[in-house]
Amino acid sequence: MASRKPARKAALYGLLTALAFIFAYVESLIPLNLGVPGVKLGLANLVVLAALYLLDLKGAFTVAVVRIVLTGLTFGGLFSMLYSLAGGLLSFAVMALLSRKSRLGTVGVSLCGGVAHNAGQLLVAMAVLETGTVWYYLPVLILSGTAAGVAVGLLGGIAVERLRRAFAHFSG
Amino acid sequence: MGKKLFGRRDLILLAVFLLIGGAALLFQLARPAAAGGVAEVSVDGELVAALPLSEDGEMVIEGYGGGENTLVIRDGEADIVAATCPDGVCVRHRPVSREGESIICLPNRVVVTIRGGKEAAVDGVA
Ligand SMILES: [Zn+2]
Repeated sequence: MASRKPARKAALYGLLTALAFIFAYVESLIPLNLGVPGVKLGLANLVVLAALYLLDLKGAFTVAVVRIVLTGLTFGGLFSMLYSLAGGLLSFAVMALLSRKSRLGTVGVSLCGGVAHNAGQLLVAMAVLETGTVWYYLPVLILSGTAAGVAVGLLGGIAVERLRRAFAHFSG
Repeated sequence: MGKKLFGRRDLILLAVFLLIGGAALLFQLARPAAAGGVAEVSVDGELVAALPLSEDGEMVIEGYGGGENTLVIRDGEADIVAATCPDGVCVRHRPVSREGESIICLPNRVVVTIRGGKEAAVDGVA
């Protein structure tokens, strides 16, 4: 539905990017310490999830990358950018695949995305610190990724429905 | 299509992840402190010190790029109590005492890891 009308498409892009920005800001305010410095909860994944269901693959990828670059430049330094990039790209790949090729609902898709997001961040921490000891945090990261994934999946699924209806309205 | 929020498959997936994560976490927390263990200190991937957990003490770690972290060993636990890093994640981290636990300071590239000592390394020692 998104590809036919350019104006509607542009509006959706803008809306999703703005949303991503707000979520990243909210996330930067949460003083969550998961043990591995720099690791984020991944709430901003909500926007990527919505983009995957509302836009085509290319559009969703654009939103995912713009989100990472924008938030990386605004709310963090080089390290957090690397973290977001690894986590964001891995979770995008997983969610893109599952949202199109599996029969999972949005909750299942985003759950896998959440865990992949944390696994990607852990890989970066391993590379940067040249140590394998960060694997100790894997259980915590699986659980937090699952929790964030479920929250994102529920909210994202509802948001997708609303947006779909809203955009169907004002452009016939 | 693709509008479904939550189905049976999602529930199974959720249960599997919770089970794996929960079991692994319980396993980690159930282990006792590493008796006779050491706190290994590494900077930028290189081991710079190994402090026995049995001896109370303090050490100022010279991190990467001139940063400093103050490591305190007390009551068999290792804790970073002060640091020059901007984020302070390492200072907020709880003290560590179990094999494999670590405190990481990314800006200073400092990693403090607990390694099991003589007692922990040998099986069957009563
Ligand atoms: Zn630190």
